[in-house]
Amino acid sequence: MNINATLIAQAIMFALFVWFCMSFVWPPIVGALAARQKQIADGLAAADRGKHELEASAKTAALELRAAKEKATEIIGQAEKRASEIVEESKIQAKTEGDRIIGGAKAEIDQEVNRAKEGLRQQVAALAVAGAEKILRREIDAHAHASMLATIANEL
Amino acid sequence: MSSETLTSSEYIRHHLQNLTCSVQQGHFHCAHSADEAREMGFWALNVDTLLTAFVLGSLFLFFFYRVAKNPVAGVPSGLQNFVEWIIEFIDSSVRGSFTAKSNLVAPLALTVFIWIFMMNLMDLIPIDWVPMLAAQLGVGHFKVVPTTDPNATFGMSISIFFIVLFYSIKMKGLGGFAAELSLQPFGKLGLPANLFLELVNLIAKPVSLALRLFGNMYAGEMIFILIAIMGSTWAGFSLGSATLFGSQIVLSLGWGIFHILIVTLQAFIFMTLTIVYLDMAHQEHH
Repeated sequence: MNINATLIAQAIMFALFVWFCMSFVWPPIVGALAARQKQIADGLAAADRGKHELEASAKTAALELRAAKEKATEIIGQAEKRASEIVEESKIQAKTEGDRIIGGAKAEIDQEVNRAKEGLRQQVAALAVAGAEKILRREIDAHAHASMLATIANEL
Repeated sequence: MSSETLTSSEYIRHHLQNLTCSVQQGHFHCAHSADEAREMGFWALNVDTLLTAFVLGSLFLFFFYRVAKNPVAGVPSGLQNFVEWIIEFIDSSVRGSFTAKSNLVAPLALTVFIWIFMMNLMDLIPIDWVPMLAAQLGVGHFKVVPTTDPNATFGMSISIFFIVLFYSIKMKGLGGFAAELSLQPFGKLGLPANLFLELVNLIAKPVSLALRLFGNMYAGEMIFILIAIMGSTWAGFSLGSATLFGSQIVLSLGWGIFHILIVTLQAFIFMTLTIVYLDMAHQEHH
């Protein structure tokens, strides 16, 4: 238990260990710790940012949703208006068409009536001529009175 | 007990003797007794102290260097986690006591703490194992706890003393340091008294640092030796022998558990005082 050169050897060994620790052990580990600290801080900041962005986009989404709803209501209103307009127009058109068809039919009927009247007139004239012929066969020359009868028929 | 023919006092002396070796007349020679070791004078080495200290220090740096070589900033592995836990503990201790900025103090504190802790921890190896193993290998003495050798503790504390002196002069200048030593606490007129007080104060730092650690570990070792003697008085199956044998088991367990505290505490105190002394060296006024 006496003091000897072990003292010096121990001091040298101590110095070497401290030097090694100071050069190769302490800085990298402390560096890694600092890097992790920064990583965690960055992560937390990013999370915070994400939260803010989420809130902002939720707000935007709500706004846009409301706008879309308004627009949809507007479009529905317009469509309903347009639909009733179309119905009205169709009604008017149908009425016009119906009138036109009715008018056509009436004209046709008139025409038919006229044609029938004409036919009847001709037949009546022919009948009258035939009757008159039978009556007058004995008295009147058919040729001499035919033109006179035609004139009468035309006056009917 | 290493041999049944040893008396108690021989046993104790054997356990307290370092493996002191020196080169005599061109031959490497190790002392067989305390007297022989003393005759070797200053130029001898306590091989057991140096070997254990070197192996433990290398072990510490090996494991820490393995982590430092490839540090991961992400999720750390088990070993890295453990190393980081220690590093953060040391770092917070240094931040708590050391106010200036220095690249040396924290690694120094780490080395001091872990190295001394491991050297102290050797005290928990059952005291006869290593000497008996050494005897099998033909080595007469082997004291496995380096911190029970004052050479080891003074070797560290004197190194720290020189670092303190270096920083005192570097931070305050030679004049400033001299003024600190001579101009307080009594002012210019009390210069001799100031110088005397401050020099005592200065020298007391390394001396107390080394002796505190040495004293605690030496006393602890001594008590382990005394407890070990109890069972060695075995003299056939008798009540007395059985009681002593049982007492040895219980006491060595109890003292061993208590010693875990001392081992850690002494390493921590050595580290903390180192930090405080270096802090004082960096302060302008204190």
